[in-house]
Amino acid sequence: MTIRLVVNGRPRDLEVAPHALLLDVLRDTLDLKGAKRSCDTQVCGACTVLVDGLAVSACTYLAVEADGRSVLTVEGLADGESLHPLQRAFVEAGAVQCGFCTSGMLLTAKAMLAENRTPTRDDVLHYLRGSLCRCTGYRKIVDAVLAAAETAR
Amino acid sequence: MSARPLRVVGHPVPRVDAIEKVTGRARYVTDLTLPGMAHAKVLRSPYAHARVRRVDVTRARARPGVFAALAGADLTWCDPYYGPAYRDRPVLAIGVARYEGEPVAAVAAVDEATAEEALELIDVDYEPLAPVMTLEEALAEDAPLVHAGQPPAGHFADLSTLRPRPGTNICHQFQFARGDAAAALGGADVVVEDAYRFPAVQHVALEPHAAVAAWDETGALTLWASTQNPYSVRVELAKMFDVPLARIRVVVPHLGGGFGSKTYAKLEPLAATLARAAARPVRLAASVPEAFQTVRRCASRVAVRAGFRRDGTLVAVACDADYDVGAYADIGPRVVQKGTYTATGPYRVPHVRLEARAVYTNTTPGGAFRGFGVPQLAWALESLFDVAADRLDRDPVDLRRQNFLAHGEEFAPGDTPIDGKLEESLSRAAEAIGWTRAPAADRGRGVAAMLKASVAPSVSEAIVRLHADGSVTVLASAVEMGQGTRTVLTQIAAEVLSVPLARVTVVQPDTAVTPYDQTTSSSRSTAMTGRAVQVAAEDVRDQLLAIAAQNLGVAARELALADGAVVAPARRLTYPEALALKFGMSGGELIGRGVIAPGRTAAPLGGSTPFWEMAVGAAEVSVDEETGAVRVERYVSVADVGRAINPLLLEGQDEGGVVQGLGHTLLEEMLYADGHLLNGTLLVYRVPRADDTPSELECHFVENADGSGPFGAKGAGEGSLIPVSPAVANALARLTGVRLRDLPLTPERVWRALRARSPRA
Repeated sequence: MTIRLVVNGRPRDLEVAPHALLLDVLRDTLDLKGAKRSCDTQVCGACTVLVDGLAVSACTYLAVEADGRSVLTVEGLADGESLHPLQRAFVEAGAVQCGFCTSGMLLTAKAMLAENRTPTRDDVLHYLRGSLCRCTGYRKIVDAVLAAAETAR
Repeated sequence: MSARPLRVVGHPVPRVDAIEKVTGRARYVTDLTLPGMAHAKVLRSPYAHARVRRVDVTRARARPGVFAALAGADLTWCDPYYGPAYRDRPVLAIGVARYEGEPVAAVAAVDEATAEEALELIDVDYEPLAPVMTLEEALAEDAPLVHAGQPPAGHFADLSTLRPRPGTNICHQFQFARGDAAAALGGADVVVEDAYRFPAVQHVALEPHAAVAAWDETGALTLWASTQNPYSVRVELAKMFDVPLARIRVVVPHLGGGFGSKTYAKLEPLAATLARAAARPVRLAASVPEAFQTVRRCASRVAVRAGFRRDGTLVAVACDADYDVGAYADIGPRVVQKGTYTATGPYRVPHVRLEARAVYTNTTPGGAFRGFGVPQLAWALESLFDVAADRLDRDPVDLRRQNFLAHGEEFAPGDTPIDGKLEESLSRAAEAIGWTRAPAADRGRGVAAMLKASVAPSVSEAIVRLHADGSVTVLASAVEMGQGTRTVLTQIAAEVLSVPLARVTVVQPDTAVTPYDQTTSSSRSTAMTGRAVQVAAEDVRDQLLAIAAQNLGVAARELALADGAVVAPARRLTYPEALALKFGMSGGELIGRGVIAPGRTAAPLGGSTPFWEMAVGAAEVSVDEETGAVRVERYVSVADVGRAINPLLLEGQDEGGVVQGLGHTLLEEMLYADGHLLNGTLLVYRVPRADDTPSELECHFVENADGSGPFGAKGAGEGSLIPVSPAVANALARLTGVRLRDLPLTPERVWRALRARSPRA
């Protein structure tokens, strides 16, 4: 099947199998390796990307469902060499350890801040329920999201 | 020179790999692609224990797109057994499958879908056998044996004395004693005893195990592997394929978490075997459920007796610990003896009897997991310590303080004297949690302490190269798995050579390039690899000083390094200038070498620990009496680290350790029924989420620069996890009067215990 979508601002016409998963198309066809495969069951959030601004688990999202939509991956988050405020906050707050959850965390946080520009700590904790991190204990990730929200105001 | 203030060491600089990680550019094993690379899938045993009578891979092999299909019986062209303690584990089951999920056959094909389809074409004739799923079943009279016959010992010097009990499922026994524990317990004023259980839990590194293997035209093997010890993997593969170590190259990109799950060979032997059979590169990437079938923490039951004098002095500890190491020994025997060795915790105990057994069962192999056998024993001892405090009518903090080993005191004959100040950690934890102030009526507080040895003897080597432009390359094989070792090694080299962090590059571990390092585990990288890097950088520094002394006509002792130059009282020589003077041209480099190899000693485990890891945890909890749900509201961790090379990264590691500890304390347990693992996926195996974390979480450090590592550092990163369970259970006991002995403290367990509690006055 042919699908037409925008990935990180760039229009793409792709030939995909009807059962192809968005994660595989991003990683294997487009060589965008930032979204990670982990649980395969929409629990861990490592594969999270934004489709029309909404956070989705690319591991269980059919590529054909993205037809006509706009997809943002971690590779499209920075503006050239200038980091997105969330990326900067993650670096400064020490919110990154192994990095395997990082792209999903960043995009989930971006989706949240689009919905809620003034989140409380509890808002962030709740929103990140679908994004697992085994390294950080979450505190610095939450700090980073709150700092980025602060910067954006 | 030593009095110079530190420029980068001790500062909370952002991690050097942060940018590549937040931009998605960091590369992990599963991000790699090689030309002609095949994809592998594994057929796994559906039975916990079965005779494998026949495996027919003919139809799979004939399927278009399949490059190789292998069963255990096909592996006649290599030694198919591996394992760091016993080489008891076949790459693919041979004759017997010993746990549910054991690899029985494997396929390499043009893509994953084809490989998956080919698995369907493999015909296996199983004869189910009676399994032993628990310690009790495995230790019963006439229990079915997981392994018949005794396998050969592996490559660890101190495991050459492995002591299995033939004809049983006990694959190793460990004993340690001093004084006369039985007599001392008989004469003690107060004796407390109980038995405690610790569950099998999985590491859940977000990146499951992965390896890409490629044999080249000369017969050399290269592996890109998610491993914490490339050098141990190399040894295993050299034995299996009978090739020299020099012809096996293990390269380690970023790891998506380790926590012990990626120590020693895991998928690498199978990936290398398939690549040889397929005659092309093979990628083998596990799923999360397959990670649950690869390694886990050793479950345990620990019975402890402790005897005190009326005045609170601890006089004796007797401990019997059984660890369930699963179907293959992996590093389990070492987990057992290492954990049990410090069963007495950070306390002065004159009379000790410790006995431990590593027991095979038909479950996922148990191996290393953050804490390495110590969390199981600390859970028992630190819980029992509070029971003793109650019996002695003593404050649990005071009772611990009274019995702590002092700085410089002997832990065991021949081992390193205690190199930290436990009372300082305890005081800070007590102060931060507000121990002397009464908590709110619906809150309870508890404390726990820990002591852990690092692996010994062990070896770390490093090379530091100073280039003609004054930039620096660090070659070392400590694996970056999130803990921040690459940043810490960068800081150490930058500090010694007085260059900006951005002028230092730490090369990813590659056994063809970066020198020997025993393992990235045991909290040893900063202390051991970091010390090797420091020594190597000092070697370069001394060479620079010698060049400058000769050329400036100044004594070396009057020179120092500052801002990328050798500085004399009246002159300075930049590094490029110094190198140009030495080589007479704008080329050449200075090479420094660092070797940290303390060797064997008379210590009980064969080597003296390079440092003691010591920490104290304090928890404040609440409980919902209706549901039994325990919530950790506040938590304080204090670790004695000697010096925090990077306080930001260290704090992050310890916060992560506490939350990982909350996992096995409140949520996590691999549950088996009828021979099957019930919860081997993240849909049903619950690890802590963001909203499971304490409202307040503080991680503090005691820094007295008293460690043997660089700049007085000691290892850290495991200590924060170990006190969590007993600190939480002690808090729950002080709040409710209920003492639980089995982890995790699930709502059901707590609710039942609350219901069974006699009404409080």
